[in-house]
Amino acid sequence: MAYLLGSGGPVDVERLDLDSEAVRSLRAEGVRLVVPLVSQGELIGTLNLGPRLSDQPYSTDDRRLLGALASQAAPAIRLAQMVRQQEVQAKERERIEHELRVAALIQQTLLPKDLPSLPGWDIEAYYHPARAVGGDFYDFIPMSDGRLGVVIGDVTDKGVPAALVMATTRSTLRGEAQRHSDPGVILASTNDVLHGEIPPAMFVTCLFGILDAASGRFLFANAGHNLPYVRTSSGVIELRATGMPLGLMPGMVYDVVEGSIGSGETMLLSSDGIVEAHGPDGTMFGFPRLMGLVGSKVTDAESLTATVIADMDRFCGPGHEQEDDVTLVAIHRGSSAADSAGVLTALLDETDSFSVNSEPGNERVVMDRVGELAARLGMTGEPLERLKTAVSEAAMNAIEHGNGFDPVLAVDVSVRKHDNGLFVRIGDTGSVTDLASRAAPNLEAKLEGTQEPRGWGLFLIEQMVDELRHEVLDGRHVVEIRMNLEGAGE
Amino acid sequence: MSGAPFSVSIDESGPVVVLRLGGDVDRNAQEAMGAAYSNSGAGSVVLDFTKVDYINSTGIAVIVGILARGRAEGRSVRACGLTDHYRQIFEITRIADFMAIFDDESSAVAIG
Repeated sequence: MAYLLGSGGPVDVERLDLDSEAVRSLRAEGVRLVVPLVSQGELIGTLNLGPRLSDQPYSTDDRRLLGALASQAAPAIRLAQMVRQQEVQAKERERIEHELRVAALIQQTLLPKDLPSLPGWDIEAYYHPARAVGGDFYDFIPMSDGRLGVVIGDVTDKGVPAALVMATTRSTLRGEAQRHSDPGVILASTNDVLHGEIPPAMFVTCLFGILDAASGRFLFANAGHNLPYVRTSSGVIELRATGMPLGLMPGMVYDVVEGSIGSGETMLLSSDGIVEAHGPDGTMFGFPRLMGLVGSKVTDAESLTATVIADMDRFCGPGHEQEDDVTLVAIHRGSSAADSAGVLTALLDETDSFSVNSEPGNERVVMDRVGELAARLGMTGEPLERLKTAVSEAAMNAIEHGNGFDPVLAVDVSVRKHDNGLFVRIGDTGSVTDLASRAAPNLEAKLEGTQEPRGWGLFLIEQMVDELRHEVLDGRHVVEIRMNLEGAGE
Repeated sequence: MSGAPFSVSIDESGPVVVLRLGGDVDRNAQEAMGAAYSNSGAGSVVLDFTKVDYINSTGIAVIVGILARGRAEGRSVRACGLTDHYRQIFEITRIADFMAIFDDESSAVAIG
């Protein structure tokens, strides 16, 4: 080859003083003259000529003519070769693009086609991968007991590898959710399955929650995913739960935390793509900005996701390239969410519902919020004071006795106005017998030291309210207080 | 979100020692209330609730504890400055049967 490249013209095979395989094979085929085709110093082929018909040797003119032909032909052949090469590459690109389009379509089918329809609730999801396919995902899984599983997750990396892991994770989660009803157990068993099935360098952050549409309770566990924000009437709160991402190491345990979405409240779940988006000056979007948006005066789930996306676009500036997959799930509870659970009294017109953590002092939060609402409903004077004392005592019982000061357990409060009564329900995880078994306070015994000074709570509630009832609903102990609104303005 | 923390000061300027209470009377009041009572001499004592706007059942237990100590030591414990609501609660719990309740401080200290 090097010899041909360096020859500068036609080469007579007969005269070649080379003993190589190539020369022997040329001679065997009867090739007399080899004309190298050289373009830009590169040998791109040869013209191989057999003996002349007249059997005469090739003349100098013949050689000159062949040399000129080769020097003209070589660039043209080179051009044709390049065109053909590009055609092959284009075809290859087209094939890859086609495969990515198909992959994107397949991935679309792995994401929920329809948003769940829950009476009194409105749910919105937004999903936008940075490339054709992505590692973000969300899912809604109907649980066997009628509650709704809500999933959001994010696979490390982007593109096809992330999408493949996302598909595995999604189907594993779906399978485990059929077998278990505890979000912590679902994440733990999914983690054990994924570990060993996905590449060692990859992992998945994931939040698994179960929403009870009737009560607004949201039980969730978290494998290293961004925390949910809930917009309440007293500001935006963060529902906090932590755990290792899925797939890193087996045998992980995920705590279940209880949150709640009260009437008129909205929860936002998000992936990293939002908070880690960069502005033109390199600043990050960040959690505080997202939290601020959740607290803005948008009422429904769709306007919240639209507001967040519009703000991210503004923040990143015109023509920015999306760096990471962006996923949002917004869940909004209407202000008149129908309560489909078994109820103590057939009640209408829910006016408020919310939850507090079981921490000392939160009984005053409950008291103030219910008191303000009762005042707006026209309750004043002594009845209002009696209601506040009763609500504070009932909330304190729930925090202390029902939930044992366990800060991850919630105390649910709902307030309804019905006919001429104001009904306040306070729920905890205790049982009725805890309260019923307590002795009535005896002041003389307390003063003489034969009974402990405490134990006034239930007695006070009974004395303050027009009616007091207990019930266990879905494993929750619920106290219902009724205050007559007639004569509230006395 | 909770109310003002409990506070108590001892006023010995008048004929009867007055414990001026402030903030929330709840379980957190136990220690300060007990210490103030111990440091208020051996005679009658008036609990002034004028600056108190929240008393819960654990606060009632604290007051019952003070009342029990007063009875054991032969000290008269009185109250003044209660809102109508908490006066009613003192009646419902029968604390009022063992603790004289006065509308204001001047009548509470008048008996001596």
